[in-house]
Amino acid sequence: MKTLLTVIFSLFAFTCSASGKIELMHANIDLSDNVSLKRGAEHYVTYCLGCHSAKHIRYLRIAEDFELTEDVVLKDIAPVGASIYDPMLSAMDKHDSKYWFGNVPPDLSLIARSRGSDWLYTYLKSFYRDTTKTHGTNNALFKDVGMPNVLWKLQGEQVPHYSDEKNQVISSLSLARPGELSPDEFDTVITDLVNFLDYVGEPAKLKRQQMGKYVLFFILILGFIAYLLKKEYWKDIH
Amino acid sequence: MNSPRFNNFVNWILARFPLTKVWNEHLAKYYTPKNFNFWYFFGSLALLVLVIQFATGIMLTINYKPDSALAFDSVEYIMRDVDWGWLIRYMHSTGASAFFIVVYLHMFRGLLYGSFKKPRELVWIFGMLIYVCLMAESFMGYLLPWGQMSYWGAQVIISLFSAIPIVGEDLSLWIRGDYVVADATLNRFFAFHVAAIPLVLVLLVFLHIVALHQVGSNNPDGIEIKENKGPDGIPVDGIPFHPYYTVKDIVGICVFLFFFSVVLFYMPELEGYFLEHANFIPADPLQTPEHIAPLWYFTPFYAILRAVPDKFAGVLAMGGAIFVLFLLPWLDTVKVKSIRYRGGIYKKALFLFVISFFGLGYLGMQAPTPNATIAARLLTVVYFSFFLLMPIYTRWEKFKAVPKRLTSNSSIGDQLPLIKQAVADITQDTVVTTKSGKTIHLKTPNPSGLRSASVDLAKKMKDSLD
Repeated sequence: MKTLLTVIFSLFAFTCSASGKIELMHANIDLSDNVSLKRGAEHYVTYCLGCHSAKHIRYLRIAEDFELTEDVVLKDIAPVGASIYDPMLSAMDKHDSKYWFGNVPPDLSLIARSRGSDWLYTYLKSFYRDTTKTHGTNNALFKDVGMPNVLWKLQGEQVPHYSDEKNQVISSLSLARPGELSPDEFDTVITDLVNFLDYVGEPAKLKRQQMGKYVLFFILILGFIAYLLKKEYWKDIH
Repeated sequence: MNSPRFNNFVNWILARFPLTKVWNEHLAKYYTPKNFNFWYFFGSLALLVLVIQFATGIMLTINYKPDSALAFDSVEYIMRDVDWGWLIRYMHSTGASAFFIVVYLHMFRGLLYGSFKKPRELVWIFGMLIYVCLMAESFMGYLLPWGQMSYWGAQVIISLFSAIPIVGEDLSLWIRGDYVVADATLNRFFAFHVAAIPLVLVLLVFLHIVALHQVGSNNPDGIEIKENKGPDGIPVDGIPFHPYYTVKDIVGICVFLFFFSVVLFYMPELEGYFLEHANFIPADPLQTPEHIAPLWYFTPFYAILRAVPDKFAGVLAMGGAIFVLFLLPWLDTVKVKSIRYRGGIYKKALFLFVISFFGLGYLGMQAPTPNATIAARLLTVVYFSFFLLMPIYTRWEKFKAVPKRLTSNSSIGDQLPLIKQAVADITQDTVVTTKSGKTIHLKTPNPSGLRSASVDLAKKMKDSLD
């Protein structure tokens, strides 16, 4: 028995191996914070919608879910000319984008579900100066990504520090030139943006989580009554 | 309800349909052993999940579009614009995984108490056919959302057929209806997923239950209650399924629904185990994902497939891993059914089998590394040895005496004092005086108590394997 257990444990130790990549930072998002979500939507339209559609969400749904009037959404969030019934579509031509970036920028409706909010948060903060690239930037999390650092003006310019210069293994990034925002302000922008993307990934998420406790409570009560019923029926079985 | 008109109506029906007979044969006068334990909930739970899958599946087809250009978006349409669409979709996706959890536990119960043995061989065979159908059903259903994993998972699995000599290439082309997984594949998988296989599944479930009710249910003692009948012809240790087990199963259903709802409302993706992250990216035939893994319930067999160096041999091994389960009633020829009265050899073998199943399941999710492949090969050998060497190793088994009558189960009420005692053993009372001068009695862990309790537990576990 003892040898058996040792063999099993060593088997598992044997198969586990570590992989090296930069560590994800935690995105401190809150889906119930409508103010943050609204700011995120504004940032999205300002900085992302130029290239990335989010075709699965409509401005009307945003108005309903963030408790905003349609006028406010059209004035503050939607680009000029958009209707409240429109989905968030980018105006960029696909052929042009392929020519400019080598790829059609993906639709971001579900990016938070495929990548996760921590990944997005880390990704957006991991751009650094790399003069060998066409757009002058590279990303420590997503190496050689086609997307330029759209937020450089807000964030400033980051430079990498290598733990292994020869193999270009990045250990950390530091701000070489400050941007328009302080690091804390920039953090808020990214958090709002990721919060919004998380919402867009699954608009029903908040509702689902809020409903859950009532359903569970109901099942508990039902289960308790069912248990009493079972006990009553089984009294005479020995 | 006792009006003469109602009675006339009932009599009109009963003269034309054997409603009372069916009710009595399968519920009110179907005598079941009275000592069913935890493991016996999973049959009725599997039926519940089947109903959930049917109900939610029908509702999903109302808005789903089986078209490679529309499928992915139609699922997102259900998730966003259909009223309660997200709930229905999550019930269906969580239900798929719940189905396998419940069915695996149901099958494991069979291994524990020898429920596949004479006279229940056919019950086991029908059950295994249900399991195979379920695998086909979930595999085809997984293509429908048309995400990256749907697409590439189907691509990998269908390409396995091409490993078959001579007819392989044509066969896989015939299954796909195209040279790659494409619109044609999606359409036919939809047809099979929503019509063909569910029909077969319902028929098999019917046969499974009819076959079971012909021979009667097994029990944790593995004794035939029909061999001990009272003067009225009713088994002494039997109780009618209805109302006793119907009310008991409702409790089981509530417990199941509690866990089901926790997943449904708080973690429908379950960290990528129930809904894979990569499946939120639309299928792209030009971009292979870096790591293709099937959903968790297929991973043990996927690991076996990858463990074998030759592709065709791997396919055979994977098929064999499922086929060998069909043979179980004839591999285990021991008369003693329940693990309670079987020898340590079988218990240890079963323990190793469980380890190999979980181990393979884990390895099937990981990217293949040389070390992982070696581990998978080892566990594959263990998996097959459990079944194929069964006729040999059971020869040396030393059995315990099987009682003539059922032993009684201890209920939760009986165990409460024992639990209380155990808690008292591992905790100690300490009196703490707070800053405001109040004294509080605190329960803190008692190190020596904990130590002796864990030693006892380890001893008990060791004994239970002998």
